[in-house]
Amino acid sequence: MQPYRGSKTTLCAGCGHNAISERVIHAFYEMGIEPSRVIKLSGIGCSSKSPAYFLGGSHGFNGVHGRMPSIGTGAVIANQQMIAVGTSGDGDTGAIGIGQFVHLMRRNLPIIYIIEDNGCYGLTKGQFSPTADVGSKLKTGVVNDLPPIDTCALAIELGASFVARSFSGDKKQLTAVLKAALSHRGTAMLDVISPCVTFNDHVGSTKSYAYARDHDEPLGEIDFIPYFQDIDVEYEAGSSHLVKMHDGSQLLLKKLEAEYDPTDRLEAMRILHETSRRGEFATGVIYVEPDKEDFIELLNLVDEPLATLPLERVRPPKAVLDEIMEELR
Amino acid sequence: MSPTGVAVQDAAASQPARQIVNDFNIQVATVNGSGSQTANMVLFRSIFQMGIPVSGKNLFPSNIAGLPTWYTIRTSKDGYVARKREIDVLVAMNNETARDDVMGLEPGATVVYDEPMQLAALRDDLIFYPVPFDKIVAQVCPDAKLRRLVRNMIYDGVLARLFDIDMAQVETALNKQLGRKVKALALNQAAMKGGYDYATEHLTKQDPFVLESMGGSGDKILIDGNAAGALGSLMAGVTVVAWYPITPSSSLCETLIDYLRKYRIDKETGKATFAVVQAEDEVAAIGMTLGAGWAGARAMTSTSGPGISLMAEFTGLGYYAEVPAVIFDVQRVGPSTGLPTRTAQGDILSTALLSHGDTKHLLLLPSSMAECYSMAIEAFDLAERFQTPVFVMSDLDLGMNAWVSEPFECPTEPPDRGKLLDAETLKRLGEWGRYRDVDGDGIAYRSLPGDGMPAYFCRGSGHDGDAGYSERADDYENNLNRLARKFETARSVVPGPVTEREGDGKVGVLAYGSTHWAVVESCDQLAREAALAPRYLRLRAFPFTDELTAFIDRCDRVYVVEQNRDAQMLSLMRMEMSPERIAKLRSVLHYGGLPIDARSITDAILAGEGHALAPANGDLKT
Ligand SMILES: Cc1ncc(C[n+]2csc(CCOP(=O)(O)OP(=O)(O)O)c2C)c(N)n1
Ligand code: SF4
Repeated sequence: MQPYRGSKTTLCAGCGHNAISERVIHAFYEMGIEPSRVIKLSGIGCSSKSPAYFLGGSHGFNGVHGRMPSIGTGAVIANQQMIAVGTSGDGDTGAIGIGQFVHLMRRNLPIIYIIEDNGCYGLTKGQFSPTADVGSKLKTGVVNDLPPIDTCALAIELGASFVARSFSGDKKQLTAVLKAALSHRGTAMLDVISPCVTFNDHVGSTKSYAYARDHDEPLGEIDFIPYFQDIDVEYEAGSSHLVKMHDGSQLLLKKLEAEYDPTDRLEAMRILHETSRRGEFATGVIYVEPDKEDFIELLNLVDEPLATLPLERVRPPKAVLDEIMEELR
Repeated sequence: MSPTGVAVQDAAASQPARQIVNDFNIQVATVNGSGSQTANMVLFRSIFQMGIPVSGKNLFPSNIAGLPTWYTIRTSKDGYVARKREIDVLVAMNNETARDDVMGLEPGATVVYDEPMQLAALRDDLIFYPVPFDKIVAQVCPDAKLRRLVRNMIYDGVLARLFDIDMAQVETALNKQLGRKVKALALNQAAMKGGYDYATEHLTKQDPFVLESMGGSGDKILIDGNAAGALGSLMAGVTVVAWYPITPSSSLCETLIDYLRKYRIDKETGKATFAVVQAEDEVAAIGMTLGAGWAGARAMTSTSGPGISLMAEFTGLGYYAEVPAVIFDVQRVGPSTGLPTRTAQGDILSTALLSHGDTKHLLLLPSSMAECYSMAIEAFDLAERFQTPVFVMSDLDLGMNAWVSEPFECPTEPPDRGKLLDAETLKRLGEWGRYRDVDGDGIAYRSLPGDGMPAYFCRGSGHDGDAGYSERADDYENNLNRLARKFETARSVVPGPVTEREGDGKVGVLAYGSTHWAVVESCDQLAREAALAPRYLRLRAFPFTDELTAFIDRCDRVYVVEQNRDAQMLSLMRMEMSPERIAKLRSVLHYGGLPIDARSITDAILAGEGHALAPANGDLKT
């Protein structure tokens, strides 16, 4: 278990981010993923510190505020054999980093992108972030009057191929979502409501533990069956939905919403809008498109990591240079 | 003075007494988007093929079509390739600028012009050749829709006749320029011939200008600095390219993409051994470059001033977290959007110190096509060796103009991948820390994701020798001091300066980049006009090496010549030098957006040395 753990957290006791780190550790461990095969990426913020607190045996790159997507893109292209997990905050993603977020989703880069969403800027002491709901109140009494960005709706709109929302306090669901994300090839965008106990966990906040518990609207129970567990999944047709993941794993969603089909984009958008209109937030795997071409396929890269290709494969021979010189004469 | 050009012709139709061979300046004034580029390149290439030293400067507006453009071709038997201010031959094709263009000429200059503009009425001290372009094009190109495209080719024919360029050379050049476009080739040939025939029948030579073959171009090549940089990157084995389009750097990545697609697709699998990403902006481009560099790829981006400004924060991360990256800065005129299609050396200071906190970066300063190529290769080696961003400081003049060059040499050394941790090193070290200076040169060993070596957490926040988070003052200081040590190590590894002229040391000249060519010519002017013997050292990198201080010590006064307002390179020197040395430094600055010319430098140095200035024609002997 040791290489799955990270260094001791320096985040506040009770911070949702710590609970997410715990889930990451468990999900990766239970999926049997060697930390040495993982790269961890993040921006700046309390949330972006998290990668230091999980998977200590993995390489990590804590970049600059809001720009984790570009670092992640470069790193994944350089070595497509690594499993990339990015951690960001709602400010890091929704404000300064929204441009890079948008383009990451468009590219469908293979990466698990976790937004640890607390509706505020933790590290700079509690200002509103762009995911704060209209009318939600800061501890100081300031009321947010701008509409929130729904990162899930945005991600689906932009072409992300796996979009989920969960709650740091829901161990079971978050673990299942993380495992399913690990089986996905392409961008897996996870918006995880993660209360900030220091600045945004009071009455009037819509990202507090109490609010999240009361307004969490699970789309259904999630069962994740990894490809290495060869069991026949039994499910009740009509009330469940089975999604076959890229690597052969199976994601079983026991529906509460009778009609819900997570492979239907329009359906996913409908759910997001309807729940948000009711002041609730839908959780679970909201949208999944298991076979969408990812960025590595699009770039038509050789199978080996570009980073370590031998000289003879990256430097054309003298004859090529001579040929070019001849053309330039 | 006669109102029609033809009459002027008749009036002055006598054979000129004096001949000027292979030493004059032709300027073609057109409208951009009018297809003049092909005509200009064919002319340029013909002269190149004749083995005459030639340089071309494209002065173009920042739009796509419809604004004035000037292309200047300088021939110089003595090999001077810097911009020359005086225009000897004007080809006036643009009604909008023709009047100003003609009024700005020195007496005795020659004008080839589109007849309806009636320019000959403007002055009586010039030689005018009117050419009815529309009539000629109507005869040679039956399809009215295509006439606009080939019309400019007529002046190539006229000039070929006037200056005695072998038509076979022009045909070869046209073939080379148009390649396999058979129909276009035929039309252009006809237009060219139309111009040639017209000149034969209707124009009597009165100007003194002649082009004579100097034995052919041998194995020399014609290339621009962006293509040279692209080739260097290709041969360096670049694997990840992230970029965002901007003039004047775009063609570097675009040319590179062409080469990569042609030469870097795996034969067996048909798959790419490279990735190119057109990023959403320059912040993302440098972020991707750093992410790839951290993961072990040879990664690069290319941009110009506005992009450099956007890259500031990330560059600091690269410096402090020690991540290799190669950044080409093809400089243009700033500040802000500035003059996007004009040249400058205006990013030196801000790039050397790019980002907040104590940051310093390695800069390479190419002067020639050969160096745009070789320094691209060196940049990748230096970036990995020093685990840091390296900037190749080109400019629009180098990057986008065609230059004659010796062919490039294939690198013989394998790439320098720097200190990568491996099992053997790990055993030798016993214990590894990502930022521990075990060799005393400031450079630590790094591991890569997936290489089986111990992992580390790379970060731009405070860290200790083991890459652990730290806010301790001693950790911070140790780290910054080590980075300074690393920079010192680089001093003896970066390309050293080149002594271009020995001189007597009374007058020293320092320059770099594209400024070089004007300085070479200026040194000759100073010798000829004022019997000065300047000693000239050409800088090739920042940090400065010991040769620079030695040079200053051996000179009485040193003129630092550069293309910016604020004496940026001199300011960098000031940061490092003793007051005695600084006291010797003077500035020669040029920043109008046009490439620097020798006359400006010569005049400034003469003034600085207390000599009387040469008159505009440059013939003064002191
Ligand atoms: C360029 C830049 N601007 C501002 C900051 C200051 N800053 C650090 S973290 C942060 C916001 C973090 O909020 P969020 O991403 O929501 O993460 P949280 O701390 O709430 O987990 C800000 C504004 C910075 N580091 N860099
Ligand atoms: S300030 Fe908020 S987000 Fe930051 S560690 Fe504390 S609880 Fe978590």
